[in-house]
Amino acid sequence: MSFWLFQLLNGLSFGMLLFLLAAGLSLIFGLMRILNLAHGGYYLLGAYVALSGVESTGSLALGALAGLAVVIAVGVLMERAFLRRLPQHDELPQALMTFGFLLILGDVALWIWGGTPQSLPKPPALAASVRLGPITFPTYRLFLIVVGLAVGVALWFLQERTRLGAMVRAAIDDAEIAESTGINVSRLSTAVFAFGAGLAALGGIMAGPVLGVYPGADFEVLLLAFVVVIVGGLGSLKGAFVGGVLVGCLDNFGKALFPELAYFTIFAPMAVILALRPTGLFGTR
Amino acid sequence: MKALPAAGAAALALAPLALSSYQLGLLTKMLILAVFAMSLNLILGYGGMPSLGHAAYFGMAAYTAGLLARRGVDNFWLDAGAALAAAAITAAVFGLLALRTRGAYLLMITLALAQVVWGIAFGWKSFTGGDDGLPGISRPAAGLPWSLAGATRFYYFALVVFALATAFLRLVAHSPFGRALVGIRENERRMEVLGYHVWAHRYVAFVLAGALAGVAGIAFVFFTGFVSPAYLSVVFSAMALIMVILGGAGTLLGPAIGSAVIVGLESTVGAYTERWVLVLGLIYVGVTLFAPDGLLGLAQRRRAGATR
Amino acid sequence: MSAPGSVNALSVERLCHDFGGLRAVDHVTLAIAEGERRVILGPNGAGKTTLFNLVTGLFAPLSGTIRLFGDDVTALPPFRRARLGLGRTFQITTLFPKLTVRESVLLAVQGADAARFSLLKRRRAYRHLSDRADALLAEWKLDDRRDVTTRELSYGEQRQVELLLALAGRPKVLLLDEPTAGLSAAETSAVVATVARFPRDVTVLLIEHDMDVALTLADRVTVLHQGAVIADGTRDEIRRDRRVAEIYLGV
Repeated sequence: MSFWLFQLLNGLSFGMLLFLLAAGLSLIFGLMRILNLAHGGYYLLGAYVALSGVESTGSLALGALAGLAVVIAVGVLMERAFLRRLPQHDELPQALMTFGFLLILGDVALWIWGGTPQSLPKPPALAASVRLGPITFPTYRLFLIVVGLAVGVALWFLQERTRLGAMVRAAIDDAEIAESTGINVSRLSTAVFAFGAGLAALGGIMAGPVLGVYPGADFEVLLLAFVVVIVGGLGSLKGAFVGGVLVGCLDNFGKALFPELAYFTIFAPMAVILALRPTGLFGTR
Repeated sequence: MKALPAAGAAALALAPLALSSYQLGLLTKMLILAVFAMSLNLILGYGGMPSLGHAAYFGMAAYTAGLLARRGVDNFWLDAGAALAAAAITAAVFGLLALRTRGAYLLMITLALAQVVWGIAFGWKSFTGGDDGLPGISRPAAGLPWSLAGATRFYYFALVVFALATAFLRLVAHSPFGRALVGIRENERRMEVLGYHVWAHRYVAFVLAGALAGVAGIAFVFFTGFVSPAYLSVVFSAMALIMVILGGAGTLLGPAIGSAVIVGLESTVGAYTERWVLVLGLIYVGVTLFAPDGLLGLAQRRRAGATR
Repeated sequence: MSAPGSVNALSVERLCHDFGGLRAVDHVTLAIAEGERRVILGPNGAGKTTLFNLVTGLFAPLSGTIRLFGDDVTALPPFRRARLGLGRTFQITTLFPKLTVRESVLLAVQGADAARFSLLKRRRAYRHLSDRADALLAEWKLDDRRDVTTRELSYGEQRQVELLLALAGRPKVLLLDEPTAGLSAAETSAVVATVARFPRDVTVLLIEHDMDVALTLADRVTVLHQGAVIADGTRDEIRRDRRVAEIYLGV
């Protein structure tokens, strides 16, 4: 009993992390139909800047803020100065350009912070474990579940219940008509892009203590985010959430029960979805 | 202008007389990676199917051939045959999973599938050597009157592989199948209604491209004598992709030019700095921004402009 | 009507399809005899193009059957229906932007030929395909435009190529979706003349908006309104039909 409870919570915490990692990617694709491959780079940059911030100021909060700020700035720059110059509805050049930025960000990070794997420190209040009935569970992972749920609810609220969300949904439906009703689609796009970048950075900062910060993490995180959106569907918030939880739990249980299978626990749900429903559970076309 | 290919062929044939051992090695690398890029061009340039996971087939072949050679299978044809099968089967499986999607989805799925293979190679230390890879792979006997040892002999081997690959791709491009592939790229719906089995065309092209990537992988592993997860990595797939785009997607020799440029740049940049990946990223941004049709595309436009 | 004992070239039975919550095609039943010239009339949004998409297989119907020369093709993908002799033009010109006129026609000719999947034969083996393509280009007087990419053509020329692509495969049943849309009066007359000249072993199903064109070309007319058939008869019967007049004058 306690084994299953532990694994379930573990899976959920990983799932929430995956949700955070995938949400930004899905959001940007949903509105702008841009597959932002630099997403992994935002994750990495956010975590590294936060790390430096913490090391120089001693404050996790300041470090986190620094990480968010830098990544959002980079994201805005990338979108306004570069992505905008490409032809609007051509997916491939856009994806390739973002990939170029992924390579650039990753190498710059290697240059500045070096190759030694590091990890973000946990906030001291969350560093211990907590008793939950028959098991003891790391507080930080519980915190991840809470944050994930909170972000999920906040995003849902933003999307469905606010004017901003309505504008985004209108622009997704038909950008031209949205523009004609006075919505500044251009500025909205930049805002969504920045927001997506921020979510990626947040993912990096939250995952830093658990997954670590090291060269190559950008590709690994990109793969994880991809698996989630492949399962859940690209462009759907619900998809990112359900996909995240599904993949997180499946991967965790898989690793716990069959540790030799490693990457197959990621591969299997992805392959099944691709075979049955190629655009994902809640994917847009 | 028409004399260029003949002159180029002659230059390539005579290269070992003029170049140093190091330069010859570089040219060999350019030729092998040109085949890799040209295989990607079949699905990307001609077929309109973007893939960021093409290294999976290259690497599968490299690992298969390398592992067999290391375990004493000293027969080039057996090693290569098994490696080719490995690449083709991987492409066949991945194609089934990926080809019901298009565009950004396809890009994402091919990347994810290849990353899984990378992850297996990276993690299975006991079999694949993990991150350290497998060194000391010797060139097996080919039952030919000359061995593949020695830089010059291997260069000619690579040149023959390149020539055969080019001839094959040229045949395909000019065949009804090749033309149909281009039609599917341009307007899939129209092709369906004209009587073409669109998915079947895509799938066959995908598997062929994977097999050809495998050929390049075999040549490469015996060229370097080494294999590692890097041969399966996203960066490697991305390198092939930029070679295709830089040279000119959908042209026969564009990817070969792209290969020459990228390999040349890598060795030059590598001599001054460790930041090759950064440069590669900048090339990506630059090419998508300024030369989306590639170098051959620019040349074609300039020629068209000049004759007007 | 078709002679007793002979099979209809194209028949559709109680075909239904929804589109975004609306019933786009509502229990449509049609029977078109071999060699007939049938015009589908109806205002915008009447479901005409959706009907074509269902017949060619680009959409799968909610319910109903589609038969080509008596064979049930409802479950067949578009390319199989094409090989059974179904050809089609699109209302919105659907060409190959970067390909030349000649390359496009070659693809169309190839599609109907068994050689279409050939990979490794020598070029000489496909000579008959390029010969036929060149012959078609000459017949349609597009010879001097053969090496122009289709996106550089004028709209009228594009519509010509659109029609040529559908014909190149020697279809037995041809679906033309608003072939005169956007054309000048002169171009329209040319298209009407071309269609009128089609051999009678080709069955033609034509979507038209323009009543005059429709009544010139049609043997029989079917009128759709909001996805359902509201009138089906000869040219003269339709001309006299009051409901049809209401719909068209009221539009």
